Amino acid sequence: MTADPTTREPIVVINHVSMVFNIASEQLNSLKEYFLALIKRQLHFKPFRALDDIDFIVSKGERYGIVGTNGSGKSTLLKIVAGVLEPSEGRVAIGGTIAPLIELGAGFDMELTARENIYLNGALLGYSKQFIEERFDSIVDFAEVHDFLDMPMKNYSSGMIARVAFAVATATIPDILIVDEALSVGDFLFQEKCEARINELVEEHGTTLLFVSHSIDQVERVCNKAVWIEKGHMRMVGNVDDVCEAYRNM
Amino acid sequence: MQAETLDTATAYELVRKRRPRNEFKQNMFVLRSLVTRDFKLKYRRSVLGILWSLLNPLLMMVVMAAVFSYMFRFNIENFPLYLILGTIMFDFMRRGTSEALESIINAQALIKKIRIEKMIFPLEKSAFELLNFAISLVAAIIVMVYYQIAPSVHALWGLPFLIVCVTAFTAGLGLLVAALSVFFRDIIHLWSVLLTAWNYATPIFYPYEMLAGWMQTIMQFNPMYHYVTFFRDIMMWNTNPGGLECLICFGMAAITLLVGFIVFRKTESKFILYI
Repeated sequence: MTADPTTREPIVVINHVSMVFNIASEQLNSLKEYFLALIKRQLHFKPFRALDDIDFIVSKGERYGIVGTNGSGKSTLLKIVAGVLEPSEGRVAIGGTIAPLIELGAGFDMELTARENIYLNGALLGYSKQFIEERFDSIVDFAEVHDFLDMPMKNYSSGMIARVAFAVATATIPDILIVDEALSVGDFLFQEKCEARINELVEEHGTTLLFVSHSIDQVERVCNKAVWIEKGHMRMVGNVDDVCEAYRNM
Repeated sequence: MQAETLDTATAYELVRKRRPRNEFKQNMFVLRSLVTRDFKLKYRRSVLGILWSLLNPLLMMVVMAAVFSYMFRFNIENFPLYLILGTIMFDFMRRGTSEALESIINAQALIKKIRIEKMIFPLEKSAFELLNFAISLVAAIIVMVYYQIAPSVHALWGLPFLIVCVTAFTAGLGLLVAALSVFFRDIIHLWSVLLTAWNYATPIFYPYEMLAGWMQTIMQFNPMYHYVTFFRDIMMWNTNPGGLECLICFGMAAITLLVGFIVFRKTESKFILYI
């Protein structure tokens, strides 16, 4: 935790970000419903502020934990950082490549074999063909699926799918790693392996970490900084011990 | 503790400046990977595999030729060739758009989790159908050899030109329906009905000359009529479609592509809220 001041350049900047969802009183999925509601003037939208004026900087190499009770907007914030959601107000700047470990295995086509899926998923995550070819063996090693490479993934167990997904997602050395309780799947051996890989990335390669977990102990173990978001508001940001202490005593 | 003293607005400007990476190249790789996937899934576990893309239009042609030459007697020379040219051209557009239709909805798992160029999903379907069209073209050439009909010299420039136009038209329409179907799922149900109507409204198995005068006038607004006619002009009737026809084909494609592109770009940030 003795970061050299010169290396502390900002890598994720969250500049007064707010996210407003318009919750329609009912979901209107068809033209008929839409026009009927329009005629009856029942198009009520109830704005809901999932995030309200979130403002902080993550510097290179920091390990940021995001804590807060359920439905506080933690995942929404991660999605905004990952570039999946656009904030309603405010801006976000990202100074590097992102590896999102948000719900592993998105983008697998279960009809395809693991071999084909590794290439497809790699492409979707932004890897070049050459890069995937170079890393193919180490991905398979990590996932421990040598004997099942040419089997359609619909025949895989959920643990095997998670292993392949994690192996592909962390094949690269990202500047920023986003972990959203992705590790709750798989057995304890797999979880240990994943934590080890995350630690390797963070400690040896200086990857910046954004980490969401409900377990305060885990956050304290993995992170060195933390931000506490409660009902969309930023309650506290700072050292992990201070923030977790305050969060516990809320 | 440099970072703490920085305010987020200044830091934002600082970080925003570094963003290199060749996104276009990566998007093309993703597109290729998805086309490969579709191709593998389409022919997996079929004995004849890719040969079906060739056989299918041929068999359809035989069935339609048998039915139509028995039921209605159109006075068209080389009717089977007339049929297959019309069918494969229309099918290119039909399949490309109906697969693009749900492409965004089907890709929701990805769109919700990773940052990705969303246009890839509908465009990939057009690219995949372009590939199928190219294979079907071989089927048409087999029929031409059978009837000993040579394409006109205008096919040399006309065919590439036409393929560019139809691909752009299909891609534009695909982008449009893919974006709209996210907000109104009705379009998914409506589109197949619309395509059937469109199929009958295009002279695929009947001659254009058979239509009444007012219908011929309306037909001028049907892009598929222009594309199908252009196709037959260069492939079987040995005619030069002419400059005006080229302009119409190109114009209709360009406008459709532009509209599709703009609608998609304007709405794509809201997709995630509706899928």
